[in-house]
Amino acid sequence: MLRFILQKLALIVPTIIGITIASFAFIRLLPGDPILAMASQYGVTPERYEILKHQYGYDLPIWQQYFNYVGGILQGNFGISLATKRPVIEEFMTLFPATVELALFAILIAVALGIPAGIFAAIKRGSWFDQITMGVALTGYSMPIFWWGLLLIIFFSGYLGWTPVSGRIAVSFFFPRVTGFMLIDSLIAGKPAGFVSALRHLILPAVVLATIPLAVIARQTRSAMLEVLGEDYVRTARAKGLEPSRVVAVHAFRNALIPVVTTIGLQVGLLMGGAILTETIFSWPGIGKWMIDSISKRDYVSVQSGLLLIALIVMAVNLIVDILYAVINPRIRVQ
Amino acid sequence: MHLMKTLLAATALVAVMGGSVYAKQLVFCSEASPAHFDPGPTTGGNDFDASSRAIYDRLVEFEHGGTAVIPGLAESWEVSADGLEYTFKLRPGVKFHTTSYFTPTRDLTADDVIFSLERQWKEDNAWNKYLEGISWDYFQGMDMPKFLKSVEKGADDLTVVITLNEPNAPMIANLGMDFASIVSKEYADQLLAKNDPAALADFSNKPVGTGAFVFVDYQTDAVIRYQAFADYWRGKVAIDDLIFAITTDPAVRAQKLKAGECDIMSYPAPADVAGLQDDANLQVLEQEGLNIGYMSYNTTVAPMDNANVRKALSMAINKTAIVDAVYEGAGQVAKNLIPPTMWSYDDKIVDTTYDPEGAKKLLADAGVSGLTLDLWAMPVSRPYNPNAQRVAELIQADWAAVGVTANIVTYEWTEYRERGKKPDRPGAFQIGWTGDNGDPDNFFATLFSCSAIGVSNYSSWCNDDFEKVIQDAKKVSDQAERTALYTKAQEIFKAEEPAMTIAHSKVFMPMNKRVVGYTMDPLGIHRFDNVDVTE
Amino acid sequence: MAAETTTTTSAAPGRFSGLREFWYYFSMNHGAVLGLAVFLLLILVAIFAPVLAPFPPDQQFREFIRMAPSWAGGTQPQFFLGTDEVGRDILSRLIHGARFSLFIGFFVVVLAMITGVTFGLLAGYFRGWVDAMIMRVMDIILAFPSLLLALVMVAILGPGLLNAMLAIALVLQPHFARLTRAAVLSEKSREYVTSAKVAGAGHLRQMFITILPNCLGPLIVQATLSFSNAILDAAALGFLGMGAQPPTPEWGTMLARAREFITSAWWIVTMPGLAILITVLAINLVGDGLRDALDPKLKRS
Repeated sequence: MLRFILQKLALIVPTIIGITIASFAFIRLLPGDPILAMASQYGVTPERYEILKHQYGYDLPIWQQYFNYVGGILQGNFGISLATKRPVIEEFMTLFPATVELALFAILIAVALGIPAGIFAAIKRGSWFDQITMGVALTGYSMPIFWWGLLLIIFFSGYLGWTPVSGRIAVSFFFPRVTGFMLIDSLIAGKPAGFVSALRHLILPAVVLATIPLAVIARQTRSAMLEVLGEDYVRTARAKGLEPSRVVAVHAFRNALIPVVTTIGLQVGLLMGGAILTETIFSWPGIGKWMIDSISKRDYVSVQSGLLLIALIVMAVNLIVDILYAVINPRIRVQ
Repeated sequence: MHLMKTLLAATALVAVMGGSVYAKQLVFCSEASPAHFDPGPTTGGNDFDASSRAIYDRLVEFEHGGTAVIPGLAESWEVSADGLEYTFKLRPGVKFHTTSYFTPTRDLTADDVIFSLERQWKEDNAWNKYLEGISWDYFQGMDMPKFLKSVEKGADDLTVVITLNEPNAPMIANLGMDFASIVSKEYADQLLAKNDPAALADFSNKPVGTGAFVFVDYQTDAVIRYQAFADYWRGKVAIDDLIFAITTDPAVRAQKLKAGECDIMSYPAPADVAGLQDDANLQVLEQEGLNIGYMSYNTTVAPMDNANVRKALSMAINKTAIVDAVYEGAGQVAKNLIPPTMWSYDDKIVDTTYDPEGAKKLLADAGVSGLTLDLWAMPVSRPYNPNAQRVAELIQADWAAVGVTANIVTYEWTEYRERGKKPDRPGAFQIGWTGDNGDPDNFFATLFSCSAIGVSNYSSWCNDDFEKVIQDAKKVSDQAERTALYTKAQEIFKAEEPAMTIAHSKVFMPMNKRVVGYTMDPLGIHRFDNVDVTE
Repeated sequence: MAAETTTTTSAAPGRFSGLREFWYYFSMNHGAVLGLAVFLLLILVAIFAPVLAPFPPDQQFREFIRMAPSWAGGTQPQFFLGTDEVGRDILSRLIHGARFSLFIGFFVVVLAMITGVTFGLLAGYFRGWVDAMIMRVMDIILAFPSLLLALVMVAILGPGLLNAMLAIALVLQPHFARLTRAAVLSEKSREYVTSAKVAGAGHLRQMFITILPNCLGPLIVQATLSFSNAILDAAALGFLGMGAQPPTPEWGTMLARAREFITSAWWIVTMPGLAILITVLAINLVGDGLRDALDPKLKRS
């Protein structure tokens, strides 16, 4: 097992180096001068320009800029945001919990609905339930979620008035930030009403973000279940007279879970992409929206470090998924 | 020590939260996150709303709803006969905010005023570079280093004398601008004494001022909280808590207002205004903005070096249609560079009329046929031009009718301005301006003086007559004399058509009916010190 | 990352004995047939757009700005789906928009497939450092969330339809590369390849003529998937203002510009989104059918 993990890690190192080069290079290639981007409608004098260029180290040779960049990262220094003059890592850590809260909740919805839907669809293969579920799943999978989000806002917030329009919690709630998760912080502060408010704010964006993973998980669960249900040992169990629901629950489900877990893990990268759109639509103060804002503000440093941090997080999650996969499915390790 | 501070902070927090039950609260749905809370180096209107207009005061202020200068932290001031020496008498007993991170031991003095300007001016000031990559754009942009000779203490602690190198009529108005906000020297000294570069950044994240509201907390990109300052020198304001709910999408802001999630909002999308006006719980204030959206012809590139060609191109455009389709009633056709609410506006100017046939004839007379040119469209929405892309589409169609082919060109916003400024840039370039201090100089000289070529003179237009008039107007301080000069400037501008003035936008401010006393500001800033809420 | 595990999911030879068998499996899936019908219809609409559309896509009827559809309270029956913010007929714009979406799909898939397949073939065929290099680069591309990567690419290249398509092709091609590589690895050891080698076939011949046709099944399925992804991503980029620029009647771009009308003129928002959904759904239905018909491993389900 340890060997397997070490092997995986060894594979990851060049990728990480590649990612640092990529995130560094991307940003240098952007058009629009970062220093001019910061200027007001009055512009910057040439002298001032040179001073700023020097302050930011943009006058150094490119390779030296790269090594300064990597050196900084190793010391946990991801640079200072050009827009807010605050350390990027600080901003990232402030906003990251909002994205995690949203993503976790979305995954929760996707799993809680997707797995049972997939199982039932597989058991009742060919039934109207199966056909409708899979039809809905494929529609969800094909959904342009930025449009879907707008529709939900129009209907639930605008027309019915059931859910708040945007934000993470009603502004009247104000409690100290402990974990950064509104659902948890509200309870720590002893404000159940705040919890409810946070939940109401979370539901719509989470549903939008969950749409595609939900569809993928339902479809994946169904085909994994069908595969397992067709295998010999399930048939044997049935032949032995075990009642069908027990067969499903104990034997088939456990084996079908393996590919499903991988699927869930692989959704993390997609969730980050989805978070960009979802957060933009719902004004959700997370890193997806922050990245978009940083790109449009030409905040070079934030985009660069944001790209890097997001890639590292996605890689870490994928690594964990790979390891988990190997744990539940020992066969994989041999290869 | 650290524990003590945490406890103090926690107590303050609890006090705020406990108080909020009975407090009068105003929630403002603002349009963007502030960069930070130091008004010196920031440049955005959203930055100023969150910092200078809530937390800070200035020596002089613009009156509510206007651009006339009234006393602020300075009770009175005198200008010497040669226009070089300004003596300000400070108001006694002005208190700085007491917060969880700072407790003032003294009232406002001349030291604070001197510090507030010198930190932006003197390179050897310890605060001149306190943030990485900081630049004092407005201080530079208003040419303060050129005009300032010295800022010194006068006869006593409450007297400040500002000496200039040469007379500059707009100086008093400049001192009412956001960058000239007065900060606490005592607080700055305390932070400096910590000997920790990281602590200096607190000056921008944990602000201390003398203004109507005390900063409480900022949740990045989401919520800013303020509390009314009990010892405010004008007396405590009517509301107790001020909250900025940052909501970048205008459609979402409008919905939040309708849903009662906020009490007042900035910059509604033009399409939403009618719906907001119809809502029984809401009222929508409106005002002409102090701005201009225009399209600069490059006057150095043929055939637009010919004033008649420029006139013909403008004549071919149906401005009224643009104002209807893009500004959707939230704007008025602009015939002059400065908006009608500004002094010296010349209403006698006759605008170029929409006349496609006349345009064709003018073009033919100038020997121009089959003209193809670039039509630049800004990638962003600005108050003076809510949708440049849409304007471009309309102009493109109008020009096609007179045989002019336009290629719509757009770049990322910074890149756009950079390319646009180049003296050899081809084509017609959409851009605009929002006034900073209500002085016509802020429009004429900033946008069309010869020295602004390559900076903000997107027409690369340098006209000797025009230049003389606007430079003269800088030097005299008599408003009647200046008005005469600016009237002349407007005549020259219209005759030469270096740019087509498109529209002055109207600014709307939708709010809940329980909000009373809000006055709209022509400078586009949002202040809440005179606002009350009824239950 | 998952590069090594993909090997296990590689498909057996996607050989099918003929078009008839393929159609048999494909037509078993009614959804797929429906999807194919819609898709063919869309292609026809795209080809004959100038004939079918009642108006040119950028003709502005300035007296009928934001007119509701004729069946939803609009007074102008000639605008069946209403008009947009500058008075253009939405139906005409959607019809012309079909051209863009289908073109985006084709362009991106062809580009991603050509580059991805080439890289995958090279990696799988030569193994060693070529393989390691190529697959690490693919890993790096896949480490970034695809939409984010596409966004940054477009930020570098500048907003525009062509650049958006290039960026999307870049983020989609590693999937082709991995798939091809895995297929090549499993094919390489087979007899027919060895015999071709013995018969003296050169590298290129072995790669493209001998091995590639036998990996086609999964590639076609992946191509369909990429086709719908490309349309969705291009629309998302357009929505974020980084894709096609107005007045191009690209569906995503139409949505971005229409955002401010979600409360006041719902049809401007609803129609382009619906068009995207229907197109993508049709293609995904076809994709499901293709997978059933071409991928023997999944045939049972």
